[in-house]
Amino acid sequence: MVIEDKKRTAHRAVVIRVLEGDGRAARAARRAAFENAGLGEPLRTLIDKVARQPTRVTDEDIAAVLASGESEDQIFELVVCAAIGAATRQYETALHALEEAMIGKKRSEHASENPQ
Amino acid sequence: MRLKTLNNGYDFGTKVLFAFIHLVSRQPIPDAARLVFYRPDFYGTPMKVFTHLAMRGPSAWSIGDRELMAAFVSKMNACAFCIGAHTATAAMAYQDEAKVQAVLSDLETAPIEEPLRATLRLLGKLTHEHAVNVDDMRAVLSAGVSREQIEDALSVCFAFNTTDRLADAFGFFVPGHKGFEAGAKFLLQRGYQ
Repeated sequence: MVIEDKKRTAHRAVVIRVLEGDGRAARAARRAAFENAGLGEPLRTLIDKVARQPTRVTDEDIAAVLASGESEDQIFELVVCAAIGAATRQYETALHALEEAMIGKKRSEHASENPQ
Repeated sequence: MRLKTLNNGYDFGTKVLFAFIHLVSRQPIPDAARLVFYRPDFYGTPMKVFTHLAMRGPSAWSIGDRELMAAFVSKMNACAFCIGAHTATAAMAYQDEAKVQAVLSDLETAPIEEPLRATLRLLGKLTHEHAVNVDDMRAVLSAGVSREQIEDALSVCFAFNTTDRLADAFGFFVPGHKGFEAGAKFLLQRGYQ
């Protein structure tokens, strides 16, 4: 059994808080920003930039979302969700690859200790 | 910052704290610190717990190594605020600015140990391509890096792939050398909590 790493528990707490806790943006919108999927314009452009090209975010991207009726607090939450979502996908993909590498390593160690 | 509320939307006690920090450090409080004080229950408090564990919790990596990882990930993301902040902090932790600059200008020729180089290569690929595979992991393991060290490095990578995005999306003000030095001193004394 893998002993749960404290940091993974703390990571999960961050994700659960922003997605499931109380907020000014609807939970469905926060989830969509986290996943960078299923959003309409102009929010889609802003959130996609946060997830994939954050240095390209401009004042105009934020102004367009404000003009579409989102409040500053809603934008704050959705941008936070987008950043955490993109970083979480990387983190989980890497931890999965590490897990696979460790399984492969154990198998080859086992095989060399017990040659056929 | 791009949202007015991130510049002004703090309660009286927090504003007093910001003024106090400004007075003591003789530098305005950095936007990264402001952000974690904004409605801290939503993001700042849980994220500080994670980041402090990743950057200052028990690990076979030194604090300098982890600050260097933060600077390197931020370099991959071209995030000016975090490059400046964590280059200064890594240089101060190592007492060796040349080493940090060497890693940021060319990882392959920098004067560092192979396990750290292999780990930074992994974090660079993960940040740039958003994915790594089992062969990438095997390469790091065979450079002599333990599973726990890889997990620790991945947690640094998560923290800075989040923070870099927020720094650029919200438009953090990028201070000068003095500001980054004051921030580095603070992060080495107090950490991220």
